[in-house]
Amino acid sequence: MSGLGNITRKEIRELLTPATFVPIILVALIFATMGSSIQGIQEKSLAPPTIGVITEDNSTLGGIASTILYTHARSVYNSTSESDLQGALETVKQQNGVAVIVIPKNFTERITQEKPGTLQIYWIMKGAGLMDTISSSAVESLISYINTNISKALIRENTTVNASFVLAPTQRAETTYFKSREFVGLSPSTISGMLSSQSLLIPIVMMMIIIMAGSIVITSMALEKENKTLETLLTLPVKRTSIVTGKIIAAAVIGLILAVIYMIGMQFYFSGFQISSGVNLASFGLTLTSTDFIWIGVSLFIALIAGLSLCMLLGTFAKSYKSAQTLTFPITMLAMIPMFITMFADFDTLPLALKVFTFAIPFSHPMMAPRALLFHDYTLVVGGIVYVAVFAIVTISIVVWVFKTDRLLTGTMKFKWLKKMKIRRF
Amino acid sequence: MVSMPAVEVKNLVKKYGSMDAVKNISFSIDAGEIFGLIGPNGAGKTTTLRVLSTLLSINGGSVMILGHDLSKQAAEIRKLISYLPEDAGAYKNLSGRAYLQFIANFFDAKEVHAMVQKGIEITDLGARIDDRVDTYSKGMMRRLLVGRALMTNPKLAILDEPTSGLDVINAQEIRKLVKTTAQAGTTVLLSSHNMLEVEYLCDRIALISEGKIVEEGKPKNLMEKYKARNIEEVFIRVVHE
Repeated sequence: MSGLGNITRKEIRELLTPATFVPIILVALIFATMGSSIQGIQEKSLAPPTIGVITEDNSTLGGIASTILYTHARSVYNSTSESDLQGALETVKQQNGVAVIVIPKNFTERITQEKPGTLQIYWIMKGAGLMDTISSSAVESLISYINTNISKALIRENTTVNASFVLAPTQRAETTYFKSREFVGLSPSTISGMLSSQSLLIPIVMMMIIIMAGSIVITSMALEKENKTLETLLTLPVKRTSIVTGKIIAAAVIGLILAVIYMIGMQFYFSGFQISSGVNLASFGLTLTSTDFIWIGVSLFIALIAGLSLCMLLGTFAKSYKSAQTLTFPITMLAMIPMFITMFADFDTLPLALKVFTFAIPFSHPMMAPRALLFHDYTLVVGGIVYVAVFAIVTISIVVWVFKTDRLLTGTMKFKWLKKMKIRRF
Repeated sequence: MVSMPAVEVKNLVKKYGSMDAVKNISFSIDAGEIFGLIGPNGAGKTTTLRVLSTLLSINGGSVMILGHDLSKQAAEIRKLISYLPEDAGAYKNLSGRAYLQFIANFFDAKEVHAMVQKGIEITDLGARIDDRVDTYSKGMMRRLLVGRALMTNPKLAILDEPTSGLDVINAQEIRKLVKTTAQAGTTVLLSSHNMLEVEYLCDRIALISEGKIVEEGKPKNLMEKYKARNIEEVFIRVVHE
């Protein structure tokens, strides 16, 4: 065999280990689950938007607007009187629709007087993620289409019409209903933009801390083995629980210091966005109180402990610094996935499978907490904290158990219950 | 009144999966004695020492250390023993002194200062004790680890190949140190495949081969029994004849 072939064979044999493949297979499975769920959302968004239409103006231009709405959207409520608005909103909400559009009496009359005709849009917003606003974007496209067609009609009928007016003959009066609140003058895309700039800080910071602090814990375990210090440590008069929790607390402290540094930098970054959007969240009652910040802090800390205990568990598999680098990969993915999910959709609007999956990842909870707290959804926040605390306790117990077995030093484990099962079977 | 042995191993069995690393071995060590486990690589010496150091669980038999049952009172045993693994290392980003301090902190707070001073004395590293461990030579590192193992005044010191990889001078110093420690009342269990070292150090030895103890006794008595000039010859005769 040639030198090249010999080395290649040896390298492949060395790399063909469960430690190399198991994380990648897990990540592939996670992506497959996410892909199929997001595909479902996309398919839903490609369908014509469900709306309600109240047409008080049946003359020429009002007719153009209503025809476009009936042709390109699925109208589940049709009426000719604005007094039916409440009924329309309820029907559209029940049918999982996006908006009720009112074409008022004076719509054509105002446009012919070269005053913008007002389309009243009552949005029903379900979530603030990017995917959640797809349906409202479809309605916004229809509104633009109405505007274009009215422009064309005006130009056809009257060639001397004011050019700047003819390009924008309509205007919108918007009200958005979101999580039992009314936002007058705001569209779902504006609210979504405001919220995402507000609540993106925690997911990014959380992801960075988990990746960094997690890597510290896994590498620490790997170095204990590689530098042959673990055997000495395990024969000293110190409880296994103290070794495990000591390592976790140290990494958590470092993680929190990193978090503070990150948060300071990111706060400046995001404050720049908030100024440029020109919308003050506080004026809509969307502010976090000091109690809310305590909830976020608790959620973040517990998730960090849970994440680090998971890293500790993975660290027990690390044999060297090299293998530790592979083991940080699943943690990185677990930290990134909820960040993207919360960016794309609200927890409430996720398909059930994705909802369960997102809830199960401990890192999701501090990422979802700020938005949930803005809308006083304490059930999700407190439920998340309880779940993550239980997750952390169970994981730490498993790590302590591993520390008490031969596994750490020999790489093998005694499963007495498995042995008993085998004996029973045969 | 008959004094209780410091270590009593009865029918010890240790398996790694389906492989028997230690097969039903029994021996006992008296307090203050230096007992050597002698055998080639892979004979089961390190496994036996790891079991006695509370690192590995046992698959059969029983082990009593200083009156404590290994299977039930591992935490108590850890307070009384000190283990020096063959290829042990220290935390590379600490200085020698900081490493000794870190280890001493696990013991009685009142004793910490005295322990560190004793450790520094044993290591005999001079000013280098304040240098980072990753700048130490192999000999310096081993001296630091021996210092760490003996500074805590253990009742039982378990030393796996204490002079492994050391030059003649360093090895000699460590042997003297082990002798002195035993004279001060510490029971020593050591392993070695250096038969001459064992002959010099040990009060009694057990020859171990393929996981079994094949002979046991005082070095002088064994040499007489097998009409051998040294323990190396004893071992070859026991294993091959």
